[in-house]
Amino acid sequence: MTATPLPEHPDFLWRTPEPRSSYDVVIVGAGGHGLATAYYLARNHGITNVAVLEKGWLAGGNMARNTTIIRSNYLWDESAAIYEHALGLWERLPEELDYDFLFSQRGVLNLAHTLQDVREGVRRVNANRLNGVDAQWLEPDEVAKVCPILNVSPRTRYPVLGATFQPRAGIAKHDHVAWALARRADELGVDLIQGCEVTGFLKDGDRVVGVETSRGRILAGRVGLAAAGHSSVLAERAGVRLPVQSHPLQALVSELHEPVHPTVVMSNHVHVYVSQAHKGELVMGAGVDAYNGYGQRGSFHVIERQMAAAVELFPVFARAHVLRTWGGIVDVTPDASPIIGTTPVENLYVNCGWGTGGFKATPAAGWTFAHTIATGEPHPLNAPFALERFTTGALIDEHGAAAVAH
Amino acid sequence: MLLISCPWCGPRDETEYHYGGQAHVPYPKNPAELTDEEWAAYVFYRDNPKGPFAERWMHGTGCRRWFNVLRDTVSYEVLAAYRLDEPRPDIAQAGGNP
Ligand SMILES: Cc1cc2nc3c(=O)[nH]c(=O)nc-3n(C[C@H](O)[C@H](O)[C@H](O)COP(=O)(O)OP(=O)(O)OC[C@H]3O[C@@H](n4cnc5c(N)ncnc54)[C@H](O)[C@@H]3O)c2cc1C
Ligand SMILES: [Zn+2]
Repeated sequence: MTATPLPEHPDFLWRTPEPRSSYDVVIVGAGGHGLATAYYLARNHGITNVAVLEKGWLAGGNMARNTTIIRSNYLWDESAAIYEHALGLWERLPEELDYDFLFSQRGVLNLAHTLQDVREGVRRVNANRLNGVDAQWLEPDEVAKVCPILNVSPRTRYPVLGATFQPRAGIAKHDHVAWALARRADELGVDLIQGCEVTGFLKDGDRVVGVETSRGRILAGRVGLAAAGHSSVLAERAGVRLPVQSHPLQALVSELHEPVHPTVVMSNHVHVYVSQAHKGELVMGAGVDAYNGYGQRGSFHVIERQMAAAVELFPVFARAHVLRTWGGIVDVTPDASPIIGTTPVENLYVNCGWGTGGFKATPAAGWTFAHTIATGEPHPLNAPFALERFTTGALIDEHGAAAVAH
Repeated sequence: MLLISCPWCGPRDETEYHYGGQAHVPYPKNPAELTDEEWAAYVFYRDNPKGPFAERWMHGTGCRRWFNVLRDTVSYEVLAAYRLDEPRPDIAQAGGNP
């Protein structure tokens, strides 16, 4: 494994326009999902009179805070379809956007530490294969071949009993993904407006006709919400209640090390996930804080536990130092699957509830959300992820494959 | 880490407790008469306020009793902790039914 040089830091990849008084489509939130939606509105549907409004700076929310794991080994058919569509798009996006954002298909191991983990893992591998998703079940000695620094000794507190392996999974340089999408969206005519908070909605009866912002009123033919942890706060101002709860989720990085960790390792049971960034930092994450919160910081005892798990799994990391920790706010649904679709308010669309795992879906979230906004109808890939499923009971329960406790 | 005061045992670290989500969500009075929408609201929809929130906690490694906490979801300040048979302290926007 050799370290790949990072792409140059881009200074002027997009314009900084003043907001106009009206747009065909206004997207709220310039995270990866909002930017991908704007890009595909322009590219796939020819809708370019679009503004993306961002209260902070472009992609400074969860897009800048996640651990960048990309995979499509989810259990249910609906999830496999949308995450695999995303993975297919990831595989061609660097060329399409003409931007090397270091998408590295180094594979992901999801470890099993109990008999129940083993059964769940084997079942998921079979489900993945039936859905055309690359997946293998590995015994402990095979796990050690993929990741030699992993401790697969039977004498640990929670021994590694095996793992699922998805070779096409990997990581990407998240900021660069956002900048790549932003540059193309901007070139296609989309206005990216930072420092512009949406504070309310303009309505004509049951129809949304625009937004109130910290920079004045903006009329809009259609409005798409892609505000991640703040979706419910925002939707409530439009009179829409969402079944999401916002939780802090944190991550951390070590100082730089030589390349030692060749893949991505996730463990749901001892609860840590680790990869090594292109520059050399160990990137680690764990579960959400149990309570609701908007504080953009995580609890220290979560770090303590994830470190204990990491050091037992990777004795070689015992002397690594933590360089930086941070938190994001993720919106969690009752079935750990996203909500993408229409709302009871006409011309208002919502993309939310991605919880701890929406980065991997960025291109597919944009693809399907753009389709829904452009046509007023869901794409076949996001139809099952409608808000109505909480009334019909057709839930897509991915608590197991979501891989992060919530 | 939060410092939460169990009404029976006193202040303890957050790690001694289990979180139980929104407080004051009563079981429907006439379950047989609920529409699908009303069931969905009862089972899946909870408040998610930015600010004071009335929520349930259980003292798992202590007395193992449930109680309610008023907590600010932005500052994480614990505003009050009270027993289930006590009324919710009167703090604006605290979410949930009284
Ligand atoms: C610590 C951590 C680790 C994670 N690890 C992974 C991982 O390894 N793999 C994975 O797939 N996913 C991961 N995720 C989840 C992933 O980051 C999110 O699901 C995804 O980023 C959500 O979509 P987004 O990029 O559009 O959200 P964000 O980037 O959060 O975009 C939402 C934007 O909306 C803006 N906004 C909010 N309210 C308003 C308003 N009123 N007006 C204007 N703008 C507003 C925000 O400022 C923000 O920029 C992780 C998340 C965290 C926090
Ligand atoms: Zn107690």
